[in-house]
Amino acid sequence: MKFFPLLWATLWRKKTRTILTLLSLVAAFLLLGLLQAANSLFSGGTQRLGANLLITQARVSFTSPLPMRHLSQIESLPGVEVVSWSQFFGGIYKDQKNFFPQFAVNADRWIATFSECRLPPEQAAAWKQSRTGVIAGRTLADRFGWKVGEPIPLLSQIWPQKDGTRAWSFELVGIFDDVTEGSCPRMGNMYLRYDYFDEARQFGQGAAGIFVIRIKDPGQTERISREIDAMFENSPDETKTQTEKEFSLNFVRQVGNLSLILNSILGAVFFTILMLTGNTMSQAVRERIPELAVLKTLGFTNRMVLLLVIAESLLICVIGGLAGMGLATLVMQGLAQSGAQFPPITADARVWQLAFASMFGVGIVVGLPPRISIVDGLSGR
Amino acid sequence: MKQILAIIWMNLRAVPNRAGSSLVIVIGIAGVVGVLVALLAMAQGFGVTLKATGKPDRVMFLSAGVTAELSSVLVPDALPILRELPGVARDAENQPLASAEVVVITELKRGTGAQRASVNVTLRGVEPAGFKLRPELKLIEGRWFTPGLREIVVGRGAANQFEGTALGSTLKFRGSEWTVVGTFTSDGDAHESELWTDADTARSAFGRGSSASSLLAQMTSAAAIEPIKAAIKADPRLQIDAMPELEYFASQSKQFTEQIGLLTGVVTAIMAIGALFGALNSMYSAVSTRQIEIATLRAIGFGGLPVVLSVLAEAMLLALSGGVLGALIAYVLFNNMSVSTLGANFTQVAFNFAVTPALMEKGLLWALAIGLLGGLPPALKAARQPVVEALRGK
Repeated sequence: MKFFPLLWATLWRKKTRTILTLLSLVAAFLLLGLLQAANSLFSGGTQRLGANLLITQARVSFTSPLPMRHLSQIESLPGVEVVSWSQFFGGIYKDQKNFFPQFAVNADRWIATFSECRLPPEQAAAWKQSRTGVIAGRTLADRFGWKVGEPIPLLSQIWPQKDGTRAWSFELVGIFDDVTEGSCPRMGNMYLRYDYFDEARQFGQGAAGIFVIRIKDPGQTERISREIDAMFENSPDETKTQTEKEFSLNFVRQVGNLSLILNSILGAVFFTILMLTGNTMSQAVRERIPELAVLKTLGFTNRMVLLLVIAESLLICVIGGLAGMGLATLVMQGLAQSGAQFPPITADARVWQLAFASMFGVGIVVGLPPRISIVDGLSGR
Repeated sequence: MKQILAIIWMNLRAVPNRAGSSLVIVIGIAGVVGVLVALLAMAQGFGVTLKATGKPDRVMFLSAGVTAELSSVLVPDALPILRELPGVARDAENQPLASAEVVVITELKRGTGAQRASVNVTLRGVEPAGFKLRPELKLIEGRWFTPGLREIVVGRGAANQFEGTALGSTLKFRGSEWTVVGTFTSDGDAHESELWTDADTARSAFGRGSSASSLLAQMTSAAAIEPIKAAIKADPRLQIDAMPELEYFASQSKQFTEQIGLLTGVVTAIMAIGALFGALNSMYSAVSTRQIEIATLRAIGFGGLPVVLSVLAEAMLLALSGGVLGALIAYVLFNNMSVSTLGANFTQVAFNFAVTPALMEKGLLWALAIGLLGGLPPALKAARQPVVEALRGK
């Protein structure tokens, strides 16, 4: 630690160079932070989804609704705790930019199935009383500043009412929250009452949409999925059952090779930065060979000199890297608040691990100096 | 002028001596341009595919207020009214050239390893008139489907991207088996991402009664579209929108193009800033290693301008070669790469990356701009240096 002033002084030996190097590191880590976060959304952003929820969809496509008669058959399977169903509503709130998902559900079954989301009992009671009542997650309510009692007009892209109008009016009667931090991954959704919806829609009566099944033991996932699909095999309403996590992962994978493209961008950026920083740093070391030789003359061991040089390049990488990642976090918070078009992206632990690994990797690789002999060094060779 | 050329030439010949730091500029800028061109080529390819879909004198009817075919339902009663609208062209047998089509979503597998996914693919049921009014359709393999049989033909893009779409294979939808009997092209448009079958066969297999998702009609001329728009708006029996086919498909690419545009902007800007700092760094060090040389030139009577220009020329030449390198890499890696992604209709649209000359030009302009900005401050610094001190190597 006593060498810190020495480190600090050498760092600022050439101010312009250090500042420019720092800034390009900041730019690089800013990109890393943003891209990796987007990337983890595509690959592993669904960790929070529990393994004890299964989704049964129509085999042909999850957009084809399954008939309600499947319900009792699924319920009768051993190991199934509760079955809920959900129909995508596809409504637009005021403007197409305000997209958020809405589902028509049965209130009692919703509460029993999604037990990791908490709806206050009095609001749950109000929801069961009001046919046009809807509930929204905390995140969604905050996004539009909704309070209980807020009227919510929606224009459904899929479902006209009996008279042909696509305009539906609802009223917010409840807001649901996490039970424990992050336990409810559905707080960006809205749920309306299926019974009201089914009566009012112009066509499609009696179709359930998809089924969401809570099972008692996550170890039984495989068996129960297989048994459900076996029951409906070779019927016009064949099913495909998977965990909620697989269902969501598949959903984002539909976007395609984007994560591959993101990775190649990252590769290009990183290659560039390694070149930049490596070059600048080795320049800095080469210029200072006479100085390093002086240090050795003064009794610094080879090891010590090596450590000093590596420490210096590490310092610059860590400062630049932290600043870049900090900036990335700020930008993502900004994006999350502007909301609308972006799915929520956060830099999770994996991104930070990668960032630190890169900082130290780059720092150490470029800090490895050539071996210096005192005589050559002092004579400037 | 002679001075300028002489000094630029002298400087450029010395660039190989500074290969290390010069490479920083070239590679840094190659990275920026490569990424920029690749992302633009993706947006371009997607846009081209959708905007190429349709003809100006064909009109599409969808239920009022929907933005995609998927969520549109035309009730059976409306279909004959639409077919008989004035301005709808007729074939040799005096039948209206109009096809009421059914769009359903099916799931097919795509990709390998971690990318493997079940993806939404459009299955379109068309009427015989649907072929007559789309002369761009061409069979490249096998034969067309037979109405009444569970047979499908697949678009070329779909055949490339999705499993189980080879000629002769069978796909299972709703408990029954469908045979792939042919592959078709459609001028590289969005229909090449689809599976096609007979409209009535699709209706009965997917329980659609006798309704349709959309109706496509050939008009006698593009000018005939506006009057019928007004006519159906005035008809209280119809809750239907009419729009030119081209307009519908162009609107389908809007969201994707905007999102990719935003991503491209952010990524390129950040990378460009990084590359700019790298270029500044390299040029400052190039100038400082040439300090004595530049001062000598100044001492023997060379003006400040030639010095500035020589440094700028070096920076811009390096930047340009970086730009060319990046554009070439993007071209080699990405041009005509086939991918598919989720389109606005909630189904996959297969398209090819299109690295066009215009995009490469855009990349090179960025490269030159970075070269200019990265070269200017060091150039000015070099020219402003006091000669005497610089000669002493201070």
